[in-house]
Amino acid sequence: MPDGGSFRPRASDEQRLMRLALGGAAAFLLLGLVLPLAWLFARAFQDASSGFVGLANFAEYVATPNLAASAWNSLWTAALTTLLVVPAAFLYAYALTRSRMPGKPVFRAVMLLPVLAPSLLPALALVYLFGNQGMLRGLLMGESLYGPIGIIMAQVFYCFPHAALILCVALSGADGRLYEAAAALKAGRGRIFLTVTLPGAQGGLISAAVVVFTLVVTDFGIPKVIGGQFPVLATEVYKQVVGQQNFNMGAVVGLVLLLPAVGAFLLDQWARRRQGGFLSGRAVPLEPKPRPARDLPLLAFCTLVAALLLLVVGLAVWGSFIRFWPWNLELTLDNYEFGRFDSAGWGSLWTSVRMAAMAALIGTALIFVVAWMVERGRVSGPLPRLVGFATAIPLAVPGLVLGLAYILFFNDPWNPLGFLYGTLAILVLNSLVHFYTVCHLAAVTAIRQLDPEFEAVSASLKVPLWVTFTRVTLPICLPAILEIFVYLFVNGMATVSAVIFLYGPDTKPASVAVVHMEEAGQISAAAAMAVAILLVNVALKALHLAMAGRVERWTQAWRRR
Amino acid sequence: MRRLLLTSLAFLALGSAAEAQSRTRLTVYTALENEQLAPFKAAAERAVPGIEIAWVRDSTGIITARLIAERANPRADVIWGLSVFSLLALEGQDMLEPYTPSGAAALRPNFRSSREPMTWTGMDAFVSAICFNRVVAAQRGLPRPTSWADLLQPAFRNQVAMPNPASSGTGFLTMAGWISSQGEAPAWDFMTRLHDNIQVYTHSGSAPCNNAARGEYAVGLSFDMRSVALRNQGAPIDVIVPTDGVGFDLEATAILRGTRNLDAARRLVDWTVSREANELYGRFYALVAHPEAVTTVQNYPADFAERLVNQDFAALAGRRDELLREWARRFDGKSAPR
Repeated sequence: MPDGGSFRPRASDEQRLMRLALGGAAAFLLLGLVLPLAWLFARAFQDASSGFVGLANFAEYVATPNLAASAWNSLWTAALTTLLVVPAAFLYAYALTRSRMPGKPVFRAVMLLPVLAPSLLPALALVYLFGNQGMLRGLLMGESLYGPIGIIMAQVFYCFPHAALILCVALSGADGRLYEAAAALKAGRGRIFLTVTLPGAQGGLISAAVVVFTLVVTDFGIPKVIGGQFPVLATEVYKQVVGQQNFNMGAVVGLVLLLPAVGAFLLDQWARRRQGGFLSGRAVPLEPKPRPARDLPLLAFCTLVAALLLLVVGLAVWGSFIRFWPWNLELTLDNYEFGRFDSAGWGSLWTSVRMAAMAALIGTALIFVVAWMVERGRVSGPLPRLVGFATAIPLAVPGLVLGLAYILFFNDPWNPLGFLYGTLAILVLNSLVHFYTVCHLAAVTAIRQLDPEFEAVSASLKVPLWVTFTRVTLPICLPAILEIFVYLFVNGMATVSAVIFLYGPDTKPASVAVVHMEEAGQISAAAAMAVAILLVNVALKALHLAMAGRVERWTQAWRRR
Repeated sequence: MRRLLLTSLAFLALGSAAEAQSRTRLTVYTALENEQLAPFKAAAERAVPGIEIAWVRDSTGIITARLIAERANPRADVIWGLSVFSLLALEGQDMLEPYTPSGAAALRPNFRSSREPMTWTGMDAFVSAICFNRVVAAQRGLPRPTSWADLLQPAFRNQVAMPNPASSGTGFLTMAGWISSQGEAPAWDFMTRLHDNIQVYTHSGSAPCNNAARGEYAVGLSFDMRSVALRNQGAPIDVIVPTDGVGFDLEATAILRGTRNLDAARRLVDWTVSREANELYGRFYALVAHPEAVTTVQNYPADFAERLVNQDFAALAGRRDELLREWARRFDGKSAPR
């Protein structure tokens, strides 16, 4: 389609505005992400007294005895977790979007449990189940939980909802006409699955795999708590930064960890070239018909997965009501009197709620608009591609690295943004940026399912682009937008690794209080605070589900025939 | 009469508001235990008029990393209750304000900075200790250890957890104590033999004791302080201070160079070395910096002070990187959990 900008002056005004807005987005990512990381990564090329040493730190790092072992361990545990999670999440998402299985809202809610809960809860539950005093320790046949077994079990649990969320979005936007055409051509079910369903979900599958792989490689919380001494790259960062306060070496390992992000970006670009818009303006939503031979096995599978997720969380909730595992299992409410364990008491929960709500409100609007401008803004030049690349970075940056980078950048004496340091605002900014990538991917997946002809038609009708955006794109994508809001909120409530460097005397979040109580040996109280975080998240999710049905009826009605 | 009452009430309200206005808010970074924060703050604010303490508390590693990362533009006024090894690292980067608190000369000589004026003052000693789970030991037929050497017995194979010195200050302290008490070569030999009995080197300094309390291991090497909260909750653990020499660390106090509240910071630090403050520390620790302060903490052996090794903090802090590299070379590479 020719652009025709030369004889339509309004379009070029619009493009100038769009370019300006995208430039603003680029500036935001520059200040909130790229410059802080640059401030930190510059240290990779310096010695302790800030002198330039070239690649000497890298040479030293390559000579560390367990580099090869930790790199290999990171890769294989991440690959195995991806292989376990993505097919299971695909099946689960397929059941939610393409079957007539009963109880879908419940399964959709249970699926999210792992991201709703701070990571202490699954770690505790695994100890209760498979630790040396665990109820099911016989199942490990003498192997120790503390090592790759524990890491992979905890990562599968934690990564499942991330993959399932992306795949649900990818699978929910199918064009029913393709399936009718395939059926009319007498294609078998297997053939339809391979030639229509899978290609349609290809982008989502690749995104899910990339997200899971990168999450496992960069997460240090799980290996730290349950990995014993099994060395992985992310715990090397922890050793350097927290164990030895050697920021130069921490920066070196942090840079090495960015490699998966570059790989992910290239993979995503490749997938993007292969997938065009899937949902054209004439598309009709796929209405799956009841078919017990498909629905019943899927129901059984989802019940099994949901039961496992509920078991893990339920066990940890029980752990918040007992005196002391495993010696005194008497039930008590004392663990919820947080004032006894932490001077901030319940106040830290309120700090977390404010922080998460602000990150979600600002983040959702920002991330969706930026994703739309990158995808549909028709801005020429390298800007969209650069912004797109920047959005892929946060996923690959361990929270610890991002937190340290924020101190170095925002606390620099000549940074005019220094007033943010130590306030709630920097926690909001940090947690928004930290969880940017998955939200961007979800927004992009939703937007790409819209045929670009929507914008083309409105352009030729001389409807301004922003009208198309507010009248067409926004309503169609509203379900995805709500998902992004919930994702930002619940992750903001649970995050620890970056904010532990940034909170001030009056802004300690509940998730950090959990870590402190656990360190002090108040394990049941830590579980109780984690459960309080979980309950806030569950309440928001329940609200979302109650709204989602209505939103769906309201915004998606036009798709039906 | 009523008017008089109202007027005086108004005056009182004004007075306290004015006092809150004039109090200097000091940001104090600390790694003290959570339950110590409230009594320490209350006592200090009572004793030093015109200050208000705002704590930022985290584990030793996180607080030290934050302090060093904030070096270009320090946010803390005072450090109160942080490992002396961390303070020596900060001193090495010229981050501490030289100031000899009034009365600091009365402190035990090895509990204060040797510089003139001083850069830090000690509060109390905390020692490496053995957290021993009685129930697990009975299940597995383990003897009760009384010394580090006891842990080398074959019965303890795969039963011991200790913090990784490269990840945790607690781990480094434990190792430094062995080097100070046994001498360098015998200490490496001891660690090599202990390595055969280690089940796991944890990244967190508190995990060995916390997990021993939960019965994950029979023996966890950690600090004496760790166990109190655990025992109060009913964990069947004993804390054993080994008889063959224990390494120790000081919790210490310093003023951060670049503080905007130098005067208030000095007044607070003056109080932290007083006998009154040391008796407060003595409610939690068996050995405090002020020789005349009476400690009231329970369950410590009478000869506790004699078990502490003679430790040169500055020398150990200076060799930290070298010792950690040697430790990693010997033990970190053998990573596969057995």
